[in-house]
Amino acid sequence: MKLRAVITISIYAVVVVFISFWMAKQAYSWLPPEASAESKLIDDLFSLFTGLGTAIYLGVMGPFLYSLVFHRAGKYDMEDGPHIEGNNFLEITWTATPLLIVLMLSAISYRTYEKMAIGGPMELVHHHVPQIIEPAYAEPFDSTPQQKIQEAVETEPTENIVVTARQWSWTFYYPDRDVSSTELHLPVDRRAKFTLRSEDVIHAFYIPAFRVGQYVVPNQEIEYELTPVKTGRYRLRDSMHSGTYFATNQSDVVVQPLEEYEQWLADASSRTPTPAFNQAIYEYSQASNPGAGSTKDKVAIRGWATIPPAPAPVVNFSTQQPPDSPASGGNAAEGQKIQKAPRQVPDRSTPDYSKLQ
Amino acid sequence: MTNISISPDEITRGQPYPGAPDNWKRFFTFSTDHKVIGIQYIVTAFFFFLVGGAMAMVIRSELLTPEADLVDRTVYNALFTLHGSLMIFFWTFPVLVGLANYLVPLMIGARDMAFPRLNAISFWMIPVAATLMLASFLVPGGPAQSGWWSYPPQSIQNPTGNIINGQVLWILSVAINGVSSIMGGVNFVTTIFRMRAPGMTWFRMPAFCWAVLAAQLIQLYGLPALTGGAIMLLLDITIGTSFFRPENGGNPVVYQHFFWFYSHPAVYVMVLPVFGMFSEVLPVHARKPLFGYRVIAVSSVVITVISGCVWVHHMFASATPPWMRMFFMVTTMLVAVPSGIKVFGWVATIWGGKIRFTTPMLFALGGISNWVFAGITGIFLGSVPIDLHVHNTYFVVGHFHYVLYGTIVMGIYAGIYHWFPKMTGRMYYEGLGKLHFALTYIGVQAIFLPMHPLGLQGMPRRVASYDPEFIYWNVIASLGGFLLGVSVLPFILNIVSSWIRGPKAGNNPWRAYGLEWLTTSPPPVENFEEIPVVVSGPYGYGKNQPLVANQARLGTIEEPATS
Repeated sequence: MKLRAVITISIYAVVVVFISFWMAKQAYSWLPPEASAESKLIDDLFSLFTGLGTAIYLGVMGPFLYSLVFHRAGKYDMEDGPHIEGNNFLEITWTATPLLIVLMLSAISYRTYEKMAIGGPMELVHHHVPQIIEPAYAEPFDSTPQQKIQEAVETEPTENIVVTARQWSWTFYYPDRDVSSTELHLPVDRRAKFTLRSEDVIHAFYIPAFRVGQYVVPNQEIEYELTPVKTGRYRLRDSMHSGTYFATNQSDVVVQPLEEYEQWLADASSRTPTPAFNQAIYEYSQASNPGAGSTKDKVAIRGWATIPPAPAPVVNFSTQQPPDSPASGGNAAEGQKIQKAPRQVPDRSTPDYSKLQ
Repeated sequence: MTNISISPDEITRGQPYPGAPDNWKRFFTFSTDHKVIGIQYIVTAFFFFLVGGAMAMVIRSELLTPEADLVDRTVYNALFTLHGSLMIFFWTFPVLVGLANYLVPLMIGARDMAFPRLNAISFWMIPVAATLMLASFLVPGGPAQSGWWSYPPQSIQNPTGNIINGQVLWILSVAINGVSSIMGGVNFVTTIFRMRAPGMTWFRMPAFCWAVLAAQLIQLYGLPALTGGAIMLLLDITIGTSFFRPENGGNPVVYQHFFWFYSHPAVYVMVLPVFGMFSEVLPVHARKPLFGYRVIAVSSVVITVISGCVWVHHMFASATPPWMRMFFMVTTMLVAVPSGIKVFGWVATIWGGKIRFTTPMLFALGGISNWVFAGITGIFLGSVPIDLHVHNTYFVVGHFHYVLYGTIVMGIYAGIYHWFPKMTGRMYYEGLGKLHFALTYIGVQAIFLPMHPLGLQGMPRRVASYDPEFIYWNVIASLGGFLLGVSVLPFILNIVSSWIRGPKAGNNPWRAYGLEWLTTSPPPVENFEEIPVVVSGPYGYGKNQPLVANQARLGTIEEPATS
């Protein structure tokens, strides 16, 4: 009987290890494209957590389900089970084991965070005491993403980009070229440095393909940096609820080769700044002007008071167009061209998204 | 404790006090009987559960398609704000307080709570506060729209310009609810400390009472922070102070600290009593003692302590410095240890037992399985790098709904079914109960599991419209949501019909250990004819020994089986 139990447990343990390993590999396919060096680090961590989490889940649920199947009372069995109150060895084991696991996961997470060196609310560190951040860069790099981050850090960034969030629009300003845009353009394989600002409420700068989200807090300038490593078109979303038209507060992110990026900057700087189309303003005007095709006619239940959207950003470059309307204005041709480029949508069957570019 | 006895003719069975109506009307009186107040809490909370659930149905209907085409965006924002607020402040808290109100005095052998009038006042503040919150639908500008967090400066924005607006009513409602909860906390802690029956030492007290004590201690240390933050927010909105107004030098992040210092531990205020209920239900229906009872009991208090130091994990993506992110990452993950101890203890409890799949047992088992899943995704969220990606996405929504619905609501159902015969003297219908369980369990998986891939793909929470790439999982989640909505119907049918004409249950239909099963069903006005004298631990299954020394004089009509 004891041998049988040992064999059963061993077989189950092997199955759990196999499934956990498989889940850890699958975990990569649940995530968006790895478009930044940091995303690779996070995905590796996520995969590790998924594998361990699966092992823990199956480790608990196995005996749990076994009991439910094999330890049921018979129909007329009114007896009690054995009076077992506890077992010191078991209790110490299942206290110490999770303790060790969470401490280990904390340490690994800490190391990953350090390698990312993304900054975040580090304006004081960056401006005044830069040596504090040094140890993160001085760590010996042991694989590609860290190497990419280090190379990018050592290379002077092409631009510092000022990101301004409002209710409800994003504006990206390239101060060295005096270019502003409602679409974020970044050169590939260069460290991108952002200065995040909000003009009204808290927003969140979140690009799923880059894996990093950061609140943008009014009255604070938050320095943030990351390294795009894959060309393509991605999505920037405001992930902090910021009011009525919060869901429309999205923008495209274009990662392109350095030459194309430089060309885009040069083109954009020659354009005259004009007010960009803004979805929130469009919907707000529709809601307040009932008529054919207005928002009022499209929703079943009318709404309540809202803060009016901020004025449309006046920018050199914008690709956003009103829904159901032909492209118009100075940026139309360029806008049409770029809008037709397919956004990278993850293929659930494979973690390799490079073919979608 | 003093051994008080009252003569049998003083006892009016089922009545809150002599002369009170001996029918359903007693639940509409200002009764000071903890059992009446308990049921008042439970029924009132269930009403707001239905209201909040109806809002969830509209939310999921809106999310069936990528466009915001069912309700206006302001309506959507108000709906998810009030859905969250109602479900937390007027469903989960009150229903658990109701169950604790009903059970704790019975379980510790007391005649009532320590402060019966305070107890009644605590309850009556709940319908007042909830009505105030719902009344915000009627004020110009509509209800609050800034989410149940009400982060400033968004929550300070006042498009109507009126002093009386939805956001102000929201804060007042939450504040009243908070005062009620503080009163309840004082009452529970005092009751458990001071009113245990003779012989009921700390380690003879049921795990549920330990859990309630641990949860209510959190209320006492945590709620003042939330209340302070709410008052400052109210002053910012109404008289223009600048605690959180950035344009005048205020710092909105400080509000987040106030808010989460309480509102993360609040999750444990809700989940700890449910853990306690799992610990009560499993031994009865598996016919085994609670495995590792002492460690499980103490782990509740450990959770209370650790949970006071985890709040910044809600602010990893906020403007928090790296040292804070790292420190709170470790403390957040540490909560897994006492939580894990409980899970292992429950598994060991049913291992080798004689399990019966009654409805409360099914709900407890289902709740535990969901909790294991939720606990693991909680570890994901505790890791700073992973959280920076999934923060404020549907991954978080999926995780905490596994906690709140998959674990807490299912635990509440387990508790209600388990103690329904004690509360009403009647048995529920097992078939309807099992149908309720099946619909609930499938519904929970169908709605909340798809939220995890949505979040991993980058769909933010609280959006009324979304990119078309997210439609697949959203449709499944919405259909699961509708199924979850339907699942409530057999519960209502079961409870109402059983209460009116269900079969008589007897005093101890489960042959359970525990003082509450030694008195009649429903219990008499002061619970026991004579205060019980406890002589052994609370889970004597498989060990034929008496629980109390004076069992014959407790007021039971039939002799309860103890083995």
